[in-house]
Amino acid sequence: MSLFPVGLQHYLALSVILFALGILTVILRRNLLIILMGIELMLNAGNVAILAFSKFNAAMSGQVYVLLTMTVAAAEAAVGLAILIALFRTRKTVNADEATYLRW
Amino acid sequence: MIILQTLSARLPDILFYLFAGLSLIGAVQVLCRRNPMNAAVSMVVTVLSIAVLYILLSAYFIAAAQMIVYAGAIVVLFIFVIMLLNLSAKEIGRRRYTLFKAFAAFVAAAVGVSLLPGVRGAPRAISEQPIDPSFGSAKTVGRLLFGEFLLPFELTSILILAAMVAGVVLAKRDITPNRTFSPVDAILDLLLKSDRKDKSP
Repeated sequence: MSLFPVGLQHYLALSVILFALGILTVILRRNLLIILMGIELMLNAGNVAILAFSKFNAAMSGQVYVLLTMTVAAAEAAVGLAILIALFRTRKTVNADEATYLRW
Repeated sequence: MIILQTLSARLPDILFYLFAGLSLIGAVQVLCRRNPMNAAVSMVVTVLSIAVLYILLSAYFIAAAQMIVYAGAIVVLFIFVIMLLNLSAKEIGRRRYTLFKAFAAFVAAAVGVSLLPGVRGAPRAISEQPIDPSFGSAKTVGRLLFGEFLLPFELTSILILAAMVAGVVLAKRDITPNRTFSPVDAILDLLLKSDRKDKSP
């Protein structure tokens, strides 16, 4: 994998690294706000991969998929943050380790 | 002069490395910053540099949508919630144990390694032929969206509606409805009289 004509592989490598960073954020952090940001990072990584495939295969439909993914991401952020606010009202915490009352 | 020519020929590649590095720096900052506000601002950096990468991938309309939807809506929503909650340093929490960090690093590395053959096996760049100038413009994306992909697009509106209703219901302070004076309520009162009395105090 040479550095200089930047091709599909480079974009895919960037996408994998971003996705791994998103997974690390979701696993490591306990603040629910930042966990939601990690999910957004993972969705963005997926979008980069889809758009790279779309460009290098000259297929326009990938861009439509990305548009739909972005809509899903926006809906997910809205619902996630609403749940977060409801949790903070009842339990006064945004810490994922303290929100364990659904655990068996 | 020759240096300048090679530089301009390599400009998209140089921009790729510049903004890919910037997006990774932003992602690392999201991972490491203690303060949620700093993490949100780092996410703006990541999102905007990814939008530049979309322009390099000749997805011009998607790049504009990325800036508007992510930087303009999602991150602003995050910042609203951060300011609304107004967390103290105690509520932000302590750090994880090192064993757990090792486990998380293992999981992330496993994901990376398992995706590596896919990355290495990806075909070389095949877009040597000049790409269609209308590729990625709002017009062509719109034609696809309202033609071939009309049904998914319309289903998206239902998803957005459901998310909106869910957001309103979840963030509302109490979800017991106000008393109304309809015949249905009167009948329910008669039927559930004992129940209501138990719950009222």
